[in-house]
Amino acid sequence: MTAAIEIRGLSKRYGVVQALDGIDLEVPRGEFFGLLGPNGAGKTTLISILAGLARADRGTARVMGHDVLADYRAARHALGVVPQELVFDPFFTVRETLTIQAGYYGLRANRAWIDEVMQHLDLTAKADANMRTLSGGMKRRVLVAQALVHRPPVIVLDEPTAGVDVELRQGLWQFVRRLNRDGHTVVLTTHYLEEAEMLCDRIAMLKGGRIVALDATADLIRRFHAIYLQVRFEGAMPARLAPLAVESEAGRYTFKLAEYADVETALAELRAAGCRILEMEVIQPDLEEVFVQIMRGEGGTQH
Amino acid sequence: MERSTEPIERAAAGTDGAGSAPWAGFSTLLYKELLRFWKVGVQTIAAPVLTALLYLLIFGHVFEDRAQVYGQLSYTAFLVPGLVMMSMLQNAFANSSSSLTQAKVTGSIVFVLLPPLSHAEFFSAYVLAAVVRGLAVGAGVLAVTLPLAPVPIAHPLWAVAFALAGCAILGTLGVIAGIWAEKFDQLAAFQNFLVVPLTFLAGVFYSIHSLPAFWQRVSHLNPFFYMIDGFRYGFFGLSDVDPRLSLAIVAVFLVGLSAVTLALLKSGYRLRH
Repeated sequence: MTAAIEIRGLSKRYGVVQALDGIDLEVPRGEFFGLLGPNGAGKTTLISILAGLARADRGTARVMGHDVLADYRAARHALGVVPQELVFDPFFTVRETLTIQAGYYGLRANRAWIDEVMQHLDLTAKADANMRTLSGGMKRRVLVAQALVHRPPVIVLDEPTAGVDVELRQGLWQFVRRLNRDGHTVVLTTHYLEEAEMLCDRIAMLKGGRIVALDATADLIRRFHAIYLQVRFEGAMPARLAPLAVESEAGRYTFKLAEYADVETALAELRAAGCRILEMEVIQPDLEEVFVQIMRGEGGTQH
Repeated sequence: MERSTEPIERAAAGTDGAGSAPWAGFSTLLYKELLRFWKVGVQTIAAPVLTALLYLLIFGHVFEDRAQVYGQLSYTAFLVPGLVMMSMLQNAFANSSSSLTQAKVTGSIVFVLLPPLSHAEFFSAYVLAAVVRGLAVGAGVLAVTLPLAPVPIAHPLWAVAFALAGCAILGTLGVIAGIWAEKFDQLAAFQNFLVVPLTFLAGVFYSIHSLPAFWQRVSHLNPFFYMIDGFRYGFFGLSDVDPRLSLAIVAVFLVGLSAVTLALLKSGYRLRH
């Protein structure tokens, strides 16, 4: 089966800025894929090329096997994009906006689906409100709905939760997860790394237009397999444990350990030294830490 | 990873294959463009009709006994077809150009760039909406000016042909201007330094026979002149140039501009960066 997204040697330059520098990427069907990176890393450029909003200087991009240039109609049919900017057409109501958007894809009689999408995104009450009168969060929901009116097999969300309240974020993720369970491929860019960690099967990290890390989310985190043991205890610090302490504050020590088995060893040391443990917490590495290290250049190279 | 593939097929069904039928999105884009100007009809139809009426009242009053046009024809009557055509041309241009520029400035242009609309669908929808707006304004101007200055309509089909071609040309120019302009002041420049002068110098307010020979020849280089001259022939059966020649020139101009516009759309110029 062809991949949902297939990118080969994609490069794009804007003036002096090399926005993309030879990107190769394949996203299989049904995957929930995360695209992470600092501002200016090339995430939006990559999405724009996929969506036909920008043209690559070199390389090819395919959506569901359809080249985004040579076979742009089929490629765009297969793709739903939630743009980053909070854009709207001030002339229309929510329902008009969605009906018109569906019509661009040649879909007329899909009122039921539009109703369903509106319901899932809590837009039903605002169906006949003019776009101008909606709050920012509501406009964001309409953008999501617009991307879904033609039931695209591949959905790209470019920072959909920027500036969105917690309630909507939860609702949105529930909905997007459901779409993913139903078989839609989802590509997400976000600045909220805990979101990416929670949602994405696999993650690519972009920096300066290049992919600097690409792996299953769990593996990516495991590669930074330091875990942290935070303990507050009474008694003297055992000598063997002292070098592992990376932080100490008000009798609370943080030890950097290589793996979970080391937790046991550390606790045994404390017991042997006659210490009494008052509080304890094991902190696992999270995506944020991985991200920061990779962006600092500590993440090493692509595997 | 392993996932049930059944829903994938389901989700992909109908949207993954060859896409929709050609021209499936065209009628929606046309409808959207019509709805856009209809919703602000006071601004897009009533206002230009009022403007044309003021032109007729004021210029008609000032020049009625002074300007020489065609033989017995009163100046006010001569003015009517010119004003109708001018209003149609300006509004056809305004429709496509301002719709595109506004969408670019606000970013809502992505809503028409993301769907699988072909270049020809995109082009035709914007131009046709511009033609409809132009004709609506033209009909309005004609309706309010006829009671004030009765004019014959000698060859209605000629008038309709030139009205359609003129609106299509200006609608096309509007698409070009909308693609080119990144901001509203660039659009205003296109309008003020190209569209308005070419329209005014095309003989809306005068017959070019009243001009010195040199300026008559210059006027013949202005494609807008043939639109207005041909349109006026539809009313009076009189024109400066044979209407068949005018229509041929106008048609060639329209085809040429359309080809340029389609090439711009295909290249992605200023729309797909």
